[in-house]
Amino acid sequence: MRRRPNWLAGLGSLVWLALVGLPLYVLLLATLRTRSDYSTEGPLSLPAEWTFDNYLTDLSNGFGQDFLNTLVVTASVVAIVLLLVPPLAYAIVRARGRTTGWVFRMFLLGLAIPAQAVIVPMFYVISKAGLYDHLIGVILPTAAFCLPVCTLVLTGAMRDITPELYEAMAMDGASPARVFRQLVLPLSRGGLSSVVVFAALQAWNGFLFPLILTQSDATKVVTLGLYEFQTEHGVDVPGLLSAVVLSMLPIFIVYLFARRALVQGLMGVGGK
Amino acid sequence: MTRAGRTGAGVTRPGFAWAAPAAVFFLLFAIVPLLLVAVLSFTSWDGITDPRFNGLDNWTGLAHDPVMLQSVGTTLLLTVLGVVTQTPISILLGVWAAGHQRNRAVLSAIYFVPLLLSATAVSVVWRAVLDPNFGVPSQAGWLFGDGNLLGTRAGAIGVLTFVGVWQFTPLHALIYQGGARAIPQVLYQAAAVDGAGTVRQFFHITLPQLRNTVITSMVLMVVGGLTTFDTVLILTQGGPGTDTTVSAYYMYQKAFKGFDFGAGSAIALVLVVVATLISLAVVRLSGYDRMRSSAEGL
Repeated sequence: MRRRPNWLAGLGSLVWLALVGLPLYVLLLATLRTRSDYSTEGPLSLPAEWTFDNYLTDLSNGFGQDFLNTLVVTASVVAIVLLLVPPLAYAIVRARGRTTGWVFRMFLLGLAIPAQAVIVPMFYVISKAGLYDHLIGVILPTAAFCLPVCTLVLTGAMRDITPELYEAMAMDGASPARVFRQLVLPLSRGGLSSVVVFAALQAWNGFLFPLILTQSDATKVVTLGLYEFQTEHGVDVPGLLSAVVLSMLPIFIVYLFARRALVQGLMGVGGK
Repeated sequence: MTRAGRTGAGVTRPGFAWAAPAAVFFLLFAIVPLLLVAVLSFTSWDGITDPRFNGLDNWTGLAHDPVMLQSVGTTLLLTVLGVVTQTPISILLGVWAAGHQRNRAVLSAIYFVPLLLSATAVSVVWRAVLDPNFGVPSQAGWLFGDGNLLGTRAGAIGVLTFVGVWQFTPLHALIYQGGARAIPQVLYQAAAVDGAGTVRQFFHITLPQLRNTVITSMVLMVVGGLTTFDTVLILTQGGPGTDTTVSAYYMYQKAFKGFDFGAGSAIALVLVVVATLISLAVVRLSGYDRMRSSAEGL
Protein backbone atom coordinates (compact mmCIF):
# COMPACT_ATOMS: atom_id res chain seq x y z
CA MET A 1 0.00 0.00 0.00
CA ARG A 2 1.22 3.48 -0.77
CA ARG A 3 1.01 6.26 1.74
CA ARG A 4 -1.33 9.04 0.85
CA PRO A 5 0.32 12.32 -0.07
CA ASN A 6 0.75 14.76 2.77
CA TRP A 7 -1.01 17.83 1.39
CA LEU A 8 0.07 20.18 4.16
CA ALA A 9 3.72 19.40 3.60
CA GLY A 10 3.14 19.42 -0.15
CA LEU A 11 1.91 23.01 0.06
CA GLY A 12 4.85 23.92 2.25
CA SER A 13 7.17 22.34 -0.26
CA LEU A 14 5.90 24.70 -2.96
CA VAL A 15 6.49 27.69 -0.70
CA TRP A 16 9.98 26.35 -0.08
CA LEU A 17 10.53 26.02 -3.81
CA ALA A 18 9.78 29.74 -4.21
CA LEU A 19 12.09 30.59 -1.30
CA VAL A 20 14.97 28.66 -2.82
CA GLY A 21 14.15 29.72 -6.33
CA LEU A 22 13.97 33.50 -5.90
CA PRO A 23 17.52 34.11 -4.69
CA LEU A 24 18.87 31.67 -7.27
CA TYR A 25 16.94 33.55 -9.97
CA VAL A 26 18.35 36.89 -8.81
CA LEU A 27 21.80 35.33 -8.53
CA LEU A 28 21.91 33.89 -12.05
CA LEU A 29 20.32 36.84 -13.83
CA ALA A 30 22.52 39.39 -12.08
CA THR A 31 25.66 37.70 -13.32
CA LEU A 32 24.54 37.94 -16.95
CA ARG A 33 24.04 41.70 -17.12
CA THR A 34 26.20 44.78 -16.90
CA ARG A 35 26.78 46.62 -13.66
CA SER A 36 24.90 49.74 -14.73
CA ASP A 37 21.98 47.67 -16.00
CA TYR A 38 21.76 45.98 -12.59
CA SER A 39 21.75 49.22 -10.60
CA THR A 40 19.15 50.98 -12.77
CA GLU A 41 16.77 48.10 -13.59
CA GLY A 42 16.96 46.26 -10.27
CA PRO A 43 17.52 42.56 -9.60
CA LEU A 44 14.18 41.18 -10.78
CA SER A 45 14.09 42.35 -14.39
CA LEU A 46 15.61 40.50 -17.32
CA PRO A 47 19.00 41.76 -18.53
CA ALA A 48 18.81 44.42 -21.27
CA GLU A 49 21.83 42.86 -22.89
CA TRP A 50 23.24 39.48 -21.96
CA THR A 51 26.95 39.32 -21.16
CA PHE A 52 29.52 36.91 -19.79
CA ASP A 53 31.99 39.69 -19.05
CA ASN A 54 31.46 39.46 -15.28
CA TYR A 55 32.77 35.91 -15.25
CA LEU A 56 35.73 36.76 -17.44
CA THR A 57 36.65 39.74 -15.24
CA ASP A 58 36.49 37.59 -12.10
CA LEU A 59 38.74 34.96 -13.60
CA SER A 60 41.32 37.53 -14.66
CA ASN A 61 41.25 39.08 -11.17
CA GLY A 62 42.97 36.22 -9.39
CA PHE A 63 39.95 33.99 -8.93
CA GLY A 64 41.77 31.36 -10.97
CA GLN A 65 44.51 31.11 -8.35
CA ASP A 66 41.89 30.92 -5.60
CA PHE A 67 40.35 28.03 -7.48
CA LEU A 68 43.61 26.16 -7.72
CA ASN A 69 44.26 26.61 -4.00
CA THR A 70 40.79 25.37 -3.10
CA LEU A 71 41.28 22.39 -5.38
CA VAL A 72 44.54 21.49 -3.62
CA VAL A 73 42.89 21.84 -0.20
CA THR A 74 39.87 19.77 -1.23
CA ALA A 75 41.85 16.97 -2.85
CA SER A 76 44.21 16.75 0.14
CA VAL A 77 41.39 16.71 2.69
CA VAL A 78 39.60 13.95 0.76
CA ALA A 79 42.85 11.97 0.57
CA ILE A 80 43.50 12.28 4.32
CA VAL A 81 39.92 11.34 5.17
CA LEU A 82 40.03 8.31 2.85
CA LEU A 83 43.29 7.20 4.41
CA LEU A 84 42.16 7.55 8.03
CA VAL A 85 38.42 6.91 8.22
CA PRO A 86 37.96 3.43 6.66
CA PRO A 87 40.40 1.66 9.04
CA LEU A 88 38.94 3.64 11.94
CA ALA A 89 35.37 2.70 11.06
CA TYR A 90 36.42 -0.93 10.58
CA ALA A 91 37.97 -0.99 14.05
CA ILE A 92 34.94 0.71 15.59
CA VAL A 93 32.56 -1.81 14.06
CA ARG A 94 34.66 -4.94 14.56
CA ALA A 95 37.22 -4.49 17.33
CA ARG A 96 36.24 -5.71 20.78
CA GLY A 97 38.65 -3.60 22.81
CA ARG A 98 37.61 -1.00 25.32
CA THR A 99 40.00 1.58 23.84
CA THR A 100 38.21 1.50 20.51
CA GLY A 101 34.96 2.20 22.31
CA TRP A 102 36.54 5.27 23.86
CA VAL A 103 37.84 6.38 20.48
CA PHE A 104 34.33 6.14 19.04
CA ARG A 105 32.98 8.20 21.94
CA MET A 106 35.68 10.80 21.33
CA PHE A 107 34.55 11.15 17.73
CA LEU A 108 30.88 11.35 18.73
CA LEU A 109 31.81 14.12 21.10
CA GLY A 110 33.79 15.69 18.27
CA LEU A 111 30.55 16.06 16.32
CA ALA A 112 29.66 18.93 18.62
CA ILE A 113 33.03 20.70 18.70
CA PRO A 114 32.54 23.81 16.61
CA ALA A 115 35.55 25.09 14.67
CA GLN A 116 35.08 28.52 16.23
CA ALA A 117 35.69 27.08 19.67
CA VAL A 118 39.22 25.96 18.83
CA ILE A 119 40.25 28.63 16.37
CA VAL A 120 42.43 30.63 18.81
CA PRO A 121 44.53 27.64 19.94
CA MET A 122 44.54 26.38 16.34
CA PHE A 123 46.11 29.69 15.35
CA TYR A 124 48.66 29.15 18.12
CA VAL A 125 49.45 25.55 17.15
CA ILE A 126 49.65 26.25 13.42
CA SER A 127 51.85 29.32 13.98
CA LYS A 128 54.17 27.41 16.33
CA ALA A 129 54.42 24.61 13.77
CA GLY A 130 55.46 27.15 11.16
CA LEU A 131 52.45 26.34 9.01
CA TYR A 132 50.79 29.76 9.14
CA ASP A 133 49.89 31.00 5.66
CA HIS A 134 50.64 27.60 4.12
CA LEU A 135 47.85 25.53 2.55
CA ILE A 136 48.91 22.52 4.62
CA GLY A 137 48.00 24.57 7.72
CA VAL A 138 44.45 24.80 6.39
CA ILE A 139 44.30 21.21 5.16
CA LEU A 140 45.16 19.52 8.48
CA PRO A 141 42.49 21.15 10.69
CA THR A 142 39.89 20.97 7.93
CA ALA A 143 40.49 17.23 7.57
CA ALA A 144 40.39 16.76 11.34
CA PHE A 145 37.01 18.48 11.56
CA CYS A 146 35.67 16.27 8.76
CA LEU A 147 36.47 13.10 10.68
CA PRO A 148 33.52 12.88 13.11
CA VAL A 149 30.72 13.01 10.55
CA CYS A 150 32.64 10.87 8.04
CA THR A 151 33.23 8.27 10.75
CA LEU A 152 29.57 8.26 11.69
CA VAL A 153 28.51 7.80 8.07
CA LEU A 154 31.01 5.04 7.35
CA THR A 155 30.42 3.05 10.56
CA GLY A 156 26.75 3.15 9.59
CA ALA A 157 27.56 1.61 6.22
CA MET A 158 29.92 -0.99 7.69
CA ARG A 159 27.39 -2.12 10.29
CA ASP A 160 25.17 -3.29 7.46
CA ILE A 161 27.67 -6.02 6.57
CA THR A 162 26.28 -9.23 8.06
CA PRO A 163 28.32 -11.22 10.61
CA GLU A 164 27.94 -14.36 8.47
CA LEU A 165 30.25 -12.85 5.86
CA TYR A 166 32.95 -12.25 8.48
CA GLU A 167 32.55 -15.82 9.70
CA ALA A 168 32.88 -17.15 6.19
CA MET A 169 36.12 -15.28 5.75
CA ALA A 170 37.35 -16.42 9.16
CA MET A 171 36.81 -20.03 8.05
CA ASP A 172 39.35 -19.33 5.34
CA GLY A 173 41.72 -18.01 8.00
CA ALA A 174 41.68 -14.47 6.65
CA SER A 175 43.68 -11.83 8.51
CA PRO A 176 42.01 -8.54 9.54
CA ALA A 177 43.86 -6.83 6.70
CA ARG A 178 42.48 -9.28 4.17
CA VAL A 179 38.95 -9.02 5.59
CA PHE A 180 39.28 -5.26 5.31
CA ARG A 181 40.50 -5.36 1.70
CA GLN A 182 38.28 -8.08 0.32
CA LEU A 183 35.10 -7.72 2.33
CA VAL A 184 34.75 -4.44 4.19
CA LEU A 185 36.00 -2.00 1.55
CA PRO A 186 34.04 -3.42 -1.40
CA LEU A 187 30.80 -3.73 0.59
CA SER A 188 30.93 -0.21 2.01
CA ARG A 189 31.48 1.48 -1.32
CA GLY A 190 28.23 3.44 -0.95
CA GLY A 191 29.30 4.79 2.42
CA LEU A 192 32.73 5.62 1.04
CA SER A 193 31.30 7.73 -1.76
CA SER A 194 29.12 9.60 0.76
CA VAL A 195 32.23 10.28 2.79
CA VAL A 196 34.13 11.56 -0.25
CA VAL A 197 31.31 13.89 -1.30
CA PHE A 198 30.82 15.12 2.23
CA ALA A 199 34.52 15.79 2.86
CA ALA A 200 34.84 17.53 -0.50
CA LEU A 201 31.83 19.72 0.29
CA GLN A 202 33.26 20.67 3.68
CA ALA A 203 36.71 21.42 2.31
CA TRP A 204 35.48 23.35 -0.72
CA ASN A 205 33.17 25.53 1.36
CA GLY A 206 35.49 25.96 4.36
CA PHE A 207 35.86 29.56 5.46
CA LEU A 208 36.95 29.99 9.06
CA PHE A 209 40.24 28.09 8.91
CA PRO A 210 41.44 29.90 5.75
CA LEU A 211 40.26 33.24 7.18
CA ILE A 212 42.35 32.81 10.32
CA LEU A 213 45.25 30.70 9.13
CA THR A 214 46.21 32.35 5.82
CA GLN A 215 46.78 35.91 4.73
CA SER A 216 48.50 36.17 1.36
CA ASP A 217 47.08 36.01 -2.15
CA ALA A 218 49.18 32.91 -2.85
CA THR A 219 47.19 30.88 -0.30
CA LYS A 220 43.78 32.48 -0.78
CA VAL A 221 40.90 30.04 -1.26
CA VAL A 222 37.63 30.65 -3.09
CA THR A 223 35.46 31.45 -0.06
CA LEU A 224 38.03 33.94 1.19
CA GLY A 225 38.21 35.46 -2.29
CA LEU A 226 34.43 35.96 -2.14
CA TYR A 227 34.65 37.57 1.27
CA GLU A 228 37.39 39.96 0.16
CA PHE A 229 35.54 40.77 -3.04
CA GLN A 230 32.52 41.67 -0.93
CA THR A 231 34.47 43.94 1.42
CA GLU A 232 36.51 45.61 -1.33
CA HIS A 233 34.16 45.85 -4.32
CA GLY A 234 30.78 45.39 -2.62
CA VAL A 235 28.99 47.72 -5.07
CA ASP A 236 29.91 45.58 -8.09
CA VAL A 237 27.03 43.19 -7.42
CA PRO A 238 27.10 41.41 -10.82
CA GLY A 239 30.85 40.82 -10.47
CA LEU A 240 30.41 39.58 -6.90
CA LEU A 241 27.54 37.26 -7.74
CA SER A 242 29.42 35.83 -10.73
CA ALA A 243 32.16 34.96 -8.28
CA VAL A 244 29.53 33.20 -6.14
CA VAL A 245 28.38 31.17 -9.15
CA LEU A 246 31.97 30.31 -10.07
CA SER A 247 32.66 29.26 -6.48
CA MET A 248 29.76 26.79 -6.45
CA LEU A 249 30.13 25.48 -9.99
CA PRO A 250 32.50 22.56 -9.28
CA ILE A 251 30.55 21.42 -6.23
CA PHE A 252 27.35 21.69 -8.26
CA ILE A 253 28.79 19.41 -10.94
CA VAL A 254 29.77 16.90 -8.27
CA TYR A 255 26.23 17.16 -6.88
CA LEU A 256 24.71 16.36 -10.26
CA PHE A 257 26.65 13.10 -10.37
CA ALA A 258 26.86 12.20 -6.69
CA ARG A 259 23.56 13.50 -5.35
CA ARG A 260 22.48 10.06 -4.25
CA ALA A 261 25.68 9.48 -2.29
CA LEU A 262 25.45 12.81 -0.49
CA VAL A 263 21.76 12.43 0.28
CA GLN A 264 22.11 8.83 1.51
CA GLY A 265 25.05 9.75 3.70
CA LEU A 266 23.33 12.69 5.34
CA MET A 267 20.06 10.83 5.77
CA GLY A 268 21.96 8.36 7.91
CA VAL A 269 23.08 10.97 10.42
CA GLY A 270 19.66 11.19 12.08
CA GLY A 271 19.68 7.89 13.91
CA LYS A 272 16.64 5.77 14.62
CA MET B 1 18.73 -8.51 16.57
CA THR B 2 22.07 -9.84 15.50
CA ARG B 3 25.01 -8.77 17.53
CA ALA B 4 28.48 -8.40 16.19
CA GLY B 5 29.72 -10.07 19.34
CA ARG B 6 27.87 -13.33 18.75
CA THR B 7 29.91 -14.37 15.78
CA GLY B 8 31.76 -17.62 16.18
CA ALA B 9 34.96 -17.94 18.14
CA GLY B 10 38.18 -17.76 16.19
CA VAL B 11 37.07 -14.81 14.09
CA THR B 12 40.07 -12.53 13.81
CA ARG B 13 39.24 -8.98 14.70
CA PRO B 14 41.12 -5.75 13.98
CA GLY B 15 43.03 -4.37 16.94
CA PHE B 16 43.27 -0.83 18.24
CA ALA B 17 46.08 -0.16 15.77
CA TRP B 18 43.47 0.24 13.04
CA ALA B 19 41.87 3.12 14.87
CA ALA B 20 45.10 4.68 16.11
CA PRO B 21 46.15 6.88 13.16
CA ALA B 22 42.78 8.63 12.95
CA ALA B 23 42.57 8.89 16.74
CA VAL B 24 46.02 10.47 17.01
CA PHE B 25 45.30 12.87 14.16
CA PHE B 26 42.01 13.93 15.72
CA LEU B 27 43.61 14.29 19.13
CA LEU B 28 46.31 16.56 17.72
CA PHE B 29 44.10 18.83 15.65
CA ALA B 30 40.85 18.90 17.59
CA ILE B 31 41.20 17.67 21.17
CA VAL B 32 44.56 19.29 21.98
CA PRO B 33 43.37 22.71 20.75
CA LEU B 34 40.23 22.15 22.76
CA LEU B 35 42.32 21.70 25.91
CA LEU B 36 44.65 24.54 24.93
CA VAL B 37 41.75 26.96 24.70
CA ALA B 38 41.19 26.41 28.42
CA VAL B 39 44.84 27.16 29.18
CA LEU B 40 44.92 30.22 26.94
CA SER B 41 41.82 31.64 28.64
CA PHE B 42 43.98 32.23 31.73
CA THR B 43 46.70 34.05 29.81
CA SER B 44 47.27 37.39 28.24
CA TRP B 45 48.42 36.86 24.67
CA ASP B 46 48.76 39.36 21.83
CA GLY B 47 49.31 36.72 19.15
CA ILE B 48 52.98 37.61 18.64
CA THR B 49 54.90 37.27 21.90
CA ASP B 50 54.43 34.20 24.11
CA PRO B 51 51.25 33.90 26.20
CA ARG B 52 51.66 34.96 29.87
CA PHE B 53 49.45 33.72 32.69
CA ASN B 54 47.24 36.41 34.15
CA GLY B 55 44.92 34.40 36.38
CA LEU B 56 41.25 35.25 36.19
CA ASP B 57 41.73 38.64 34.52
CA ASN B 58 40.05 37.63 31.24
CA TRP B 59 37.11 36.11 33.07
CA THR B 60 36.46 39.04 35.41
CA GLY B 61 36.91 41.40 32.48
CA LEU B 62 34.29 39.57 30.43
CA ALA B 63 31.89 39.30 33.36
CA HIS B 64 31.81 43.12 33.52
CA ASP B 65 31.78 43.63 29.76
CA PRO B 66 28.33 44.82 28.62
CA VAL B 67 29.00 43.73 25.03
CA MET B 68 29.88 40.21 26.22
CA LEU B 69 26.65 39.95 28.22
CA GLN B 70 24.64 41.34 25.33
CA SER B 71 26.32 38.91 22.92
CA VAL B 72 25.35 35.95 25.11
CA GLY B 73 21.74 37.12 25.05
CA THR B 74 21.79 37.63 21.28
CA THR B 75 23.39 34.22 20.74
CA LEU B 76 20.72 32.50 22.84
CA LEU B 77 17.95 34.45 21.09
CA LEU B 78 19.24 33.49 17.63
CA THR B 79 19.68 29.87 18.71
CA VAL B 80 16.13 29.60 20.04
CA LEU B 81 14.72 31.36 16.96
CA GLY B 82 16.71 29.00 14.75
CA VAL B 83 15.40 25.85 16.45
CA VAL B 84 11.83 27.14 16.56
CA THR B 85 11.73 28.11 12.87
CA GLN B 86 13.86 25.34 11.34
CA THR B 87 12.41 22.35 13.20
CA PRO B 88 8.79 22.45 11.97
CA ILE B 89 9.77 23.36 8.40
CA SER B 90 12.37 20.64 8.11
CA ILE B 91 10.06 18.01 9.65
CA LEU B 92 7.31 18.86 7.14
CA LEU B 93 9.70 18.96 4.19
CA GLY B 94 11.53 15.81 5.27
CA VAL B 95 8.37 13.78 5.83
CA TRP B 96 6.98 15.02 2.54
CA ALA B 97 10.19 14.16 0.71
CA ALA B 98 10.08 10.65 2.21
CA GLY B 99 6.76 10.00 0.46
CA HIS B 100 6.18 8.70 -3.01
CA GLN B 101 4.91 11.68 -5.01
CA ARG B 102 5.98 11.64 -8.61
CA ASN B 103 7.49 15.15 -8.60
CA ARG B 104 9.34 14.52 -5.36
CA ALA B 105 12.71 13.58 -6.80
CA VAL B 106 12.93 16.62 -9.06
CA LEU B 107 11.69 19.05 -6.42
CA SER B 108 13.94 17.74 -3.69
CA ALA B 109 16.94 18.01 -6.00
CA ILE B 110 16.24 21.74 -6.19
CA TYR B 111 15.43 22.06 -2.49
CA PHE B 112 18.82 20.91 -1.47
CA VAL B 113 20.76 23.46 -3.50
CA PRO B 114 21.39 25.67 -0.40
CA LEU B 115 23.21 22.69 1.05
CA LEU B 116 25.88 23.10 -1.62
CA LEU B 117 26.58 26.77 -1.04
CA SER B 118 29.23 27.88 1.40
CA ALA B 119 28.03 30.06 4.26
CA THR B 120 30.06 32.80 2.61
CA ALA B 121 28.17 32.43 -0.67
CA VAL B 122 24.81 32.25 1.12
CA SER B 123 25.53 35.46 3.03
CA VAL B 124 26.86 37.27 -0.03
CA VAL B 125 23.79 36.31 -2.08
CA TRP B 126 21.30 37.35 0.59
CA ARG B 127 23.12 40.59 1.21
CA ALA B 128 22.79 41.40 -2.47
CA VAL B 129 19.16 40.27 -2.63
CA LEU B 130 18.18 42.32 0.44
CA ASP B 131 20.24 45.42 -0.35
CA PRO B 132 17.95 48.43 0.24
CA ASN B 133 19.18 50.34 -2.82
CA PHE B 134 19.84 47.70 -5.45
CA GLY B 135 18.18 44.56 -4.10
CA VAL B 136 14.65 43.20 -4.09
CA PRO B 137 13.34 45.67 -1.44
CA SER B 138 13.92 48.56 -3.86
CA GLN B 139 11.42 46.91 -6.21
CA ALA B 140 8.93 45.59 -3.69
CA GLY B 141 8.39 48.54 -1.35
CA TRP B 142 4.88 47.31 -0.53
CA LEU B 143 6.49 44.34 1.21
CA PHE B 144 9.63 45.83 2.70
CA GLY B 145 8.77 49.44 3.62
CA ASP B 146 11.90 51.58 3.47
CA GLY B 147 13.76 48.35 2.85
CA ASN B 148 16.73 48.72 5.15
CA LEU B 149 16.14 45.42 6.90
CA LEU B 150 19.63 45.22 8.37
CA GLY B 151 19.39 48.73 9.84
CA THR B 152 17.36 47.80 12.90
CA ARG B 153 17.90 45.20 15.59
CA ALA B 154 14.61 43.42 14.92
CA GLY B 155 15.23 43.48 11.16
CA ALA B 156 18.79 42.21 11.45
CA ILE B 157 17.79 39.42 13.84
CA GLY B 158 14.93 38.56 11.50
CA VAL B 159 17.22 38.42 8.46
CA LEU B 160 19.79 36.25 10.29
CA THR B 161 17.02 33.87 11.39
CA PHE B 162 15.58 33.74 7.89
CA VAL B 163 18.95 33.14 6.26
CA GLY B 164 19.55 30.39 8.84
CA VAL B 165 16.30 28.72 7.76
CA TRP B 166 17.28 29.05 4.11
CA GLN B 167 20.75 27.65 4.70
CA PHE B 168 20.14 24.84 7.17
CA THR B 169 16.61 23.55 6.57
CA PRO B 170 17.71 21.36 3.63
CA LEU B 171 20.23 19.52 5.82
CA HIS B 172 17.70 18.88 8.56
CA ALA B 173 14.98 17.98 6.06
CA LEU B 174 17.36 15.34 4.70
CA ILE B 175 17.97 13.97 8.16
CA TYR B 176 14.21 13.81 8.76
CA GLN B 177 13.70 12.22 5.37
CA GLY B 178 16.07 9.45 6.45
CA GLY B 179 14.22 9.08 9.74
CA ALA B 180 10.80 9.02 8.09
CA ARG B 181 11.92 6.39 5.56
CA ALA B 182 12.92 4.13 8.44
CA ILE B 183 9.42 4.11 9.96
CA PRO B 184 7.84 0.68 9.33
CA GLN B 185 5.03 0.98 6.77
CA VAL B 186 2.97 -1.56 8.70
CA LEU B 187 2.22 1.11 11.32
CA TYR B 188 0.57 3.29 8.68
CA GLN B 189 -1.30 0.33 7.23
CA ALA B 190 -2.71 -0.50 10.64
CA ALA B 191 -3.68 3.12 11.24
CA ALA B 192 -5.36 3.34 7.83
CA VAL B 193 -7.39 0.22 8.63
CA ASP B 194 -8.51 1.99 11.81
CA GLY B 195 -9.61 4.93 9.67
CA ALA B 196 -6.94 7.42 10.79
CA GLY B 197 -6.39 10.26 8.31
CA THR B 198 -3.13 11.73 7.12
CA VAL B 199 -2.99 14.36 9.83
CA ARG B 200 -3.72 11.88 12.61
CA GLN B 201 -1.13 9.50 11.20
CA PHE B 202 1.39 12.33 11.20
CA PHE B 203 0.81 13.19 14.85
CA HIS B 204 0.31 9.66 16.17
CA ILE B 205 2.87 7.71 14.15
CA THR B 206 5.32 9.89 12.28
CA LEU B 207 6.18 12.37 15.03
CA PRO B 208 6.60 9.83 17.86
CA GLN B 209 8.67 7.57 15.60
CA LEU B 210 10.93 10.50 14.71
CA ARG B 211 11.72 11.21 18.36
CA ASN B 212 15.41 10.36 18.15
CA THR B 213 15.82 12.15 14.86
CA VAL B 214 14.29 15.27 16.40
CA ILE B 215 16.81 15.12 19.22
CA THR B 216 19.77 14.71 16.89
CA SER B 217 18.60 17.43 14.56
CA MET B 218 17.85 19.87 17.37
CA VAL B 219 21.28 19.38 18.87
CA LEU B 220 22.92 20.09 15.55
CA MET B 221 20.77 23.22 15.34
CA VAL B 222 21.69 24.34 18.84
CA VAL B 223 25.41 23.81 18.30
CA GLY B 224 25.12 25.57 14.92
CA GLY B 225 23.15 28.42 16.49
CA LEU B 226 25.60 28.89 19.34
CA THR B 227 28.44 29.20 16.85
CA THR B 228 26.80 31.39 14.20
CA PHE B 229 29.67 33.34 12.73
CA ASP B 230 30.05 33.53 8.94
CA THR B 231 26.61 35.00 8.30
CA VAL B 232 27.07 37.64 11.01
CA LEU B 233 30.52 38.57 9.73
CA ILE B 234 29.28 39.09 6.18
CA LEU B 235 25.66 40.21 6.60
CA THR B 236 25.77 42.55 9.60
CA GLN B 237 29.32 42.82 11.00
CA GLY B 238 27.64 42.51 14.36
CA GLY B 239 25.57 45.61 13.77
CA PRO B 240 23.65 47.81 13.86
CA GLY B 241 25.87 48.92 16.76
CA THR B 242 26.48 45.69 18.66
CA ASP B 243 22.92 44.43 18.15
CA THR B 244 23.90 41.23 16.32
CA THR B 245 27.32 40.75 17.89
CA VAL B 246 26.95 37.06 18.74
CA SER B 247 29.51 35.39 21.01
CA ALA B 248 31.46 33.66 18.23
CA TYR B 249 31.74 36.95 16.35
CA TYR B 250 32.74 38.79 19.51
CA MET B 251 35.42 36.16 20.10
CA TYR B 252 36.73 36.77 16.57
CA GLN B 253 36.73 40.54 17.15
CA LYS B 254 38.46 40.30 20.52
CA ALA B 255 41.12 37.85 19.40
CA PHE B 256 41.87 38.54 15.76
CA LYS B 257 40.90 42.21 15.48
CA GLY B 258 41.69 43.42 19.00
CA PHE B 259 44.68 41.07 19.52
CA ASP B 260 43.34 40.03 22.91
CA PHE B 261 43.63 36.28 22.39
CA GLY B 262 43.22 35.52 26.11
CA ALA B 263 39.76 37.06 26.25
CA GLY B 264 38.92 35.42 22.92
CA SER B 265 39.87 32.05 24.38
CA ALA B 266 37.67 32.62 27.39
CA ILE B 267 34.68 33.28 25.13
CA ALA B 268 35.57 30.22 23.06
CA LEU B 269 35.75 28.09 26.22
CA VAL B 270 32.22 29.12 27.17
CA LEU B 271 31.07 27.99 23.71
CA VAL B 272 32.95 24.69 24.08
CA VAL B 273 31.46 23.92 27.47
CA VAL B 274 27.89 24.64 26.39
CA ALA B 275 28.28 22.73 23.12
CA THR B 276 29.89 19.76 24.89
CA LEU B 277 27.17 19.57 27.52
CA ILE B 278 24.57 19.50 24.76
CA SER B 279 26.46 16.86 22.81
CA LEU B 280 26.83 14.66 25.88
CA ALA B 281 23.12 14.99 26.41
CA VAL B 282 22.40 13.88 22.86
CA VAL B 283 24.74 10.93 23.00
CA ARG B 284 22.69 9.75 26.00
CA LEU B 285 19.25 10.66 24.71
CA SER B 286 19.64 9.42 21.14
CA GLY B 287 21.28 6.17 22.15
CA TYR B 288 24.22 6.69 19.82
CA ASP B 289 26.58 5.29 22.43
CA ARG B 290 24.61 2.05 22.58
CA MET B 291 24.63 1.56 18.83
CA ARG B 292 28.10 0.10 19.00
CA SER B 293 26.69 -3.31 19.78
CA SER B 294 23.81 -3.15 17.34
CA ALA B 295 23.98 -4.32 13.76
CA GLU B 296 21.01 -2.19 12.76
CA GLY B 297 23.13 0.59 11.38
CA LEU B 298 22.27 4.26 11.56
